[in-house]
Amino acid sequence: MSPPATTAGMIYARPTPAKRAERAVFWLLRLSTYFVLACAACIFLDIGLKGGAVVFRKEAPFINVPFLTRAPETLNVLEFEGRKLTLGDAAFRKFRAEHEAALKGVRVETYVYSAGGIFPNIVGTVLLVAGSIFIALVLGVLSAIYLSEYATEGPFIRFLRLAIVNLAGVPSIVFGLFGFGLFVIAFDFGVSLLAGWLTLALMVLPIIITASEEALKAVPKGYREGSLALGATKLQAITTNVLPYALPGILTSSVLSIARVAGETAPIMFTAAFVVRDELPWQVQQWTDFFFQGVMALPYHIYVVASKIPQNEYTRDVQYGTAFVFLFTVAAIAMTAVVLRLRLRRKYKW
Amino acid sequence: MSEPAAPSTAARPVTVAAAAPADPAARAVIEIDDVDFSYGPSRALHDISLAIHERKVTAFIGPSGCGKSTLLRCLNRMNDLIDGARVTGGEIRIDGVNIYDPRVDVIELRKRVGMVFQKSNPFPKSIYDNITYGLRIQGMKNKARLDEIVERSLRGAALWDEVKDRLHESALGMSGGQQQRLCIARAIAVEPEIILMDEPCSALDPIATAKVEELIHELKRDFTIVIVTHNMQQAARCSDRTAFFYLGKLVEYAETRTIFMNPANPQTEAYVSGRFG
Repeated sequence: MSPPATTAGMIYARPTPAKRAERAVFWLLRLSTYFVLACAACIFLDIGLKGGAVVFRKEAPFINVPFLTRAPETLNVLEFEGRKLTLGDAAFRKFRAEHEAALKGVRVETYVYSAGGIFPNIVGTVLLVAGSIFIALVLGVLSAIYLSEYATEGPFIRFLRLAIVNLAGVPSIVFGLFGFGLFVIAFDFGVSLLAGWLTLALMVLPIIITASEEALKAVPKGYREGSLALGATKLQAITTNVLPYALPGILTSSVLSIARVAGETAPIMFTAAFVVRDELPWQVQQWTDFFFQGVMALPYHIYVVASKIPQNEYTRDVQYGTAFVFLFTVAAIAMTAVVLRLRLRRKYKW
Repeated sequence: MSEPAAPSTAARPVTVAAAAPADPAARAVIEIDDVDFSYGPSRALHDISLAIHERKVTAFIGPSGCGKSTLLRCLNRMNDLIDGARVTGGEIRIDGVNIYDPRVDVIELRKRVGMVFQKSNPFPKSIYDNITYGLRIQGMKNKARLDEIVERSLRGAALWDEVKDRLHESALGMSGGQQQRLCIARAIAVEPEIILMDEPCSALDPIATAKVEELIHELKRDFTIVIVTHNMQQAARCSDRTAFFYLGKLVEYAETRTIFMNPANPQTEAYVSGRFG
């Protein structure tokens, strides 16, 4: 028999299978997390470096202004007097007018969408995001108020919640086709901002409803009771003493939704997005036309330049540049929501 | 077990006390008449009958879960907010009107029967906005009148001198005791007749508690007050009449002095002397 173990002998670390397993699992967990971080870093670095090279310039004004302010153009590439020229459409027409005679017999290669900029796409994406988030917030917050404040828990409400959760699981392409069938064809909106807004709004409604309901439920019951005990109606209690305090939480849900709405290509490719359109959204005959016009959008543009046109050395710049500007635009819109949330939090601290 | 013999003096059945002899000067504002109350299938109150007198402080005491808060929340129909909770029998009359009559406007009822909660719940707004909340939702916009009511309510709640220089600062910056007095000021700003207090001092330290009790003493000149409390000394100090509840039944209801000095029911005596509960 071995001598009885002393306390000192017991507490000295000895490798046991359980301890080895713990260490292995700990490293597995840590590496999995780092792996995610590494993937994200790769994506951002790749787009940041290559896209940044397109968007930023070494000389003043340090930003590729035409890329951000002009519409996409066809790129014309030609050899002229021993030099290789790359000209956008407008520049090429001017150049051709000046050198009409000398250009005879010169071979001109054209690459679609590889010159100019992506201004209409930025405008289109901002419009799509703003409109659809507005619609989704109004519908979503109203539903969340109903579910959290008015509805009596029962089989029907449980079914309703299940339906909302399921809606979140519907693939975006299905939303796109649904929007196409309902808004574009049945309601005869055509490929339009309005159809895109409604389709995107439906897609993010589950996120907004669920998060808004959580935000409303997080407001202490005492505020509701306090209001009611002072003779407020339920509606007064909600509008004055529940909803304002839930707004920061509701805005959190909208930040998530902004990222999704801005990023999805499938729902808008049938409902709202044009490959190319010469007019900008505010160049409409009458104000009602505003809602019934298609727009160009960043995610759809990336899809087009990355897969719908012949690939060559000139398309690469557009792809990376657009992706970079796209990330930046989404971040900018999301930041406004974050800033708004911070200000609200400061105003209604509880 | 054999059948119990005729009730002996040793048996302690829960009996409902007969209403204490009414003070001829006091009018019964609230008459609770044979009230039963259920949360869904579980019954919380059994055949409660008692009368609450005008401009008196009435205390409800009893161990946790005895139904005293439930009864209090019946008086301004706050229990309406709970799914499945309802009065299943009897009547509660305020000034002779059955408040569970379908014709009764709950909003008007709650304006006349104010409430102060266990957990002080000032809204995360300024002190001024807290006091004027009840008036503003009724549509009062007259600034001078609102200012006047704010001062009067804060003076009424013995809070004016402490906060008069920071009326427009957040109410959440006040101490716990001040917050609770603010809630009382907020309740009296809408000029109710009756103020219900649900354990208003349970989260306060002894000094803040003393201030609230002093305030209750002041307020009974103008208001009828019903207070639920766990603290028997508090009931003894600040109430005129006390009702002792146990397991959803009213055991004894009498002048506070009688309840504490000379209770009729042995169960009451055991409770007030600290032998159970």
